[in-house]
Amino acid sequence: MKFKQYGVAKRGETSVQLRVLVTLSAIVLALLTASIILLVAKSNPIGVYVGILQGCFGSLYRFSALLEKLVPLLILSLGIVVAFKMNFMNIGAEGQFLMGGVGATLIVRLLPGLPAPVLLPLMAVVAFAFGALWLIPPAFFKSKFETNETLFTLMMNYVATYFVMHLQYERWKDPAASGMPKIANFPENALLPQVQGFHLGIGIAILLVGVVYILMNRTKTGYEIAVLGASENTARYAGMNVHQTILKTAIISGGICGLVGMIQTAGPSGTLSAEITGGLGFTAIIVAWLADLKPVRAAVVSFLFAILIQGGSYIQTAFQIPGSAAAMIQAIILLYILGSEFFLRYRIIKSGKRVEVA
Amino acid sequence: MGIASFLNLAVKAGTSLLFATLGEILSEKVGHLNLGVEGLMQIGAVIGFIVGFQTGHPLLAVLFAALAGSVGALIYALVTITFKANQVVTGLSLTIFGVGFANFFGSRYVGRNVPQEIVNFFKPVTIPGLGQIPFIGEVFFQQSFYVYLSYLCVILLALYLRKTRWGLNTRFIGENPVAAEAGGINVTLYKYVNILVSGCLCGLGGGFLSLVYMSVYPIDVVAGQGWIAVALVIFSIWSAPKAMAGAYFFGALRIVGTRLQHLHLPISVFAFTALPYIATIVVLILTAMNKRKENKAPAWLGINYFREDR
Repeated sequence: MKFKQYGVAKRGETSVQLRVLVTLSAIVLALLTASIILLVAKSNPIGVYVGILQGCFGSLYRFSALLEKLVPLLILSLGIVVAFKMNFMNIGAEGQFLMGGVGATLIVRLLPGLPAPVLLPLMAVVAFAFGALWLIPPAFFKSKFETNETLFTLMMNYVATYFVMHLQYERWKDPAASGMPKIANFPENALLPQVQGFHLGIGIAILLVGVVYILMNRTKTGYEIAVLGASENTARYAGMNVHQTILKTAIISGGICGLVGMIQTAGPSGTLSAEITGGLGFTAIIVAWLADLKPVRAAVVSFLFAILIQGGSYIQTAFQIPGSAAAMIQAIILLYILGSEFFLRYRIIKSGKRVEVA
Repeated sequence: MGIASFLNLAVKAGTSLLFATLGEILSEKVGHLNLGVEGLMQIGAVIGFIVGFQTGHPLLAVLFAALAGSVGALIYALVTITFKANQVVTGLSLTIFGVGFANFFGSRYVGRNVPQEIVNFFKPVTIPGLGQIPFIGEVFFQQSFYVYLSYLCVILLALYLRKTRWGLNTRFIGENPVAAEAGGINVTLYKYVNILVSGCLCGLGGGFLSLVYMSVYPIDVVAGQGWIAVALVIFSIWSAPKAMAGAYFFGALRIVGTRLQHLHLPISVFAFTALPYIATIVVLILTAMNKRKENKAPAWLGINYFREDR
């Protein structure tokens, strides 16, 4: 038998056209695959897709709900971008988010009487610190003993979840909630102000896109993070303090994720609970990755994902289609895009000669 | 309740974890950190239940749970091995997919009972001879067939990894795929086979939950057990027999945790639930500080191998 020999080779820079073409093809294929699964389950795929879009752009209220879903996802992905750029796999955003929420709640409980202009910034600072604190142990042991940070940060998520459950069900349980395991709602002065139904969170998110962009592209720290991410040896030869850079990055990354804990507790949720993250810390990792670890692209990707999240919760209430349909579609798109990136990084070449196969 | 009957329950509570942990060990040994275990268990649980519910056939249900797990693992294998995508990100996507898939297809079965034929088939069976050994017999050999299947898997996996050439090659690839390929080993083939079998084991773990452990199909069958399995792999330092001990230890903690809720002790219930994860962190640090190589994670864990990259 005769076969043509195929091989693959690395591409250099890819053109924007190719990138768009490959990504769009992946999305189209993903939607086709999802349609087949929906048809098997006797749901109308077109109805699901239209429903998802209606749930996001059908009214001003739904659009503000969409932005509300976008804010935590975007900020978390910014935090993750910083760590991933250093090749530090922080998959503990869930935990840092929760601990940030603990920090914010702690301040509200200790100093409930402060006026909002003092209280809110203080909550934000403490949330940042708590989030950072949750990423310091994995960073410390990584730089000292090369512990696997992926697994370490993953475990820290569960410790944080059960700690928050302890607070919610035991220590901070609201006695006025008639037996319901919940922490008391924040008072008015501890809530983020709203402008025409839009939370301040979206402003903070946009601001942070700029901050992280400048940090990564215009500062010495950003440069050090990128060099260390590319090669630890290069960083050492260049005389960088590797240990210190790892810790500094952990503080920034964990801190940004912790800040989300404050924005969500003082924003849409109004208090802290173990369910507050809704798995966003994991979704944000995928967002950061698909955005190629670039802050501005992360905003675009987060927006697309927020559509699926908000649309998913809308079709559930409006058409009784399980919201899990949207989660499934989201994952199928992800897997196709992840697979498609191969065609951006490598190209398939035909080596001219034919080979004989017995 | 006597200690033996408590441990008997702990074995049962740890069995799904054991299957999934064995699966993840196999995947990690060949260098692939699969964070999709939770998703694979979910897929196995829901497909196993649906097939069991529709046909009433216990073996068919188990077979489909295993098959569903390996189909899920095939997606992961395709994306990470052939298309070289990042393992962490792909695994997380697989978990999102599996959880969504299970909720979507399982929603109409919530609250349904496992068919009686299947319940009867998986009733605890005392193994003649072994089951009569005092204490040990009651703990290990008065269990369901499904539990005995997990014992068999532990033995087979331990033999495979330690005593066979295939197992040696598998570990070789996890430690150094470059040298393995230079030595004439088909790295891609090994990775595919190991990961498909690994998915099979995760699917079996999910099937155990929906077909044996729960009598009624709940809203979230797996409920995070896949993540505990990822922890357990580290806790048992990538060894199948240690995974067995670890799974039953975590199973026991799970039972203790639920029972403590009714006792109003001064210590928080959640301290118990968090204990497996804290213990795992401690093991992670200790193994990293330890210089002995056999206790460490495979050197190429999480790193994709691509010949043309060299």
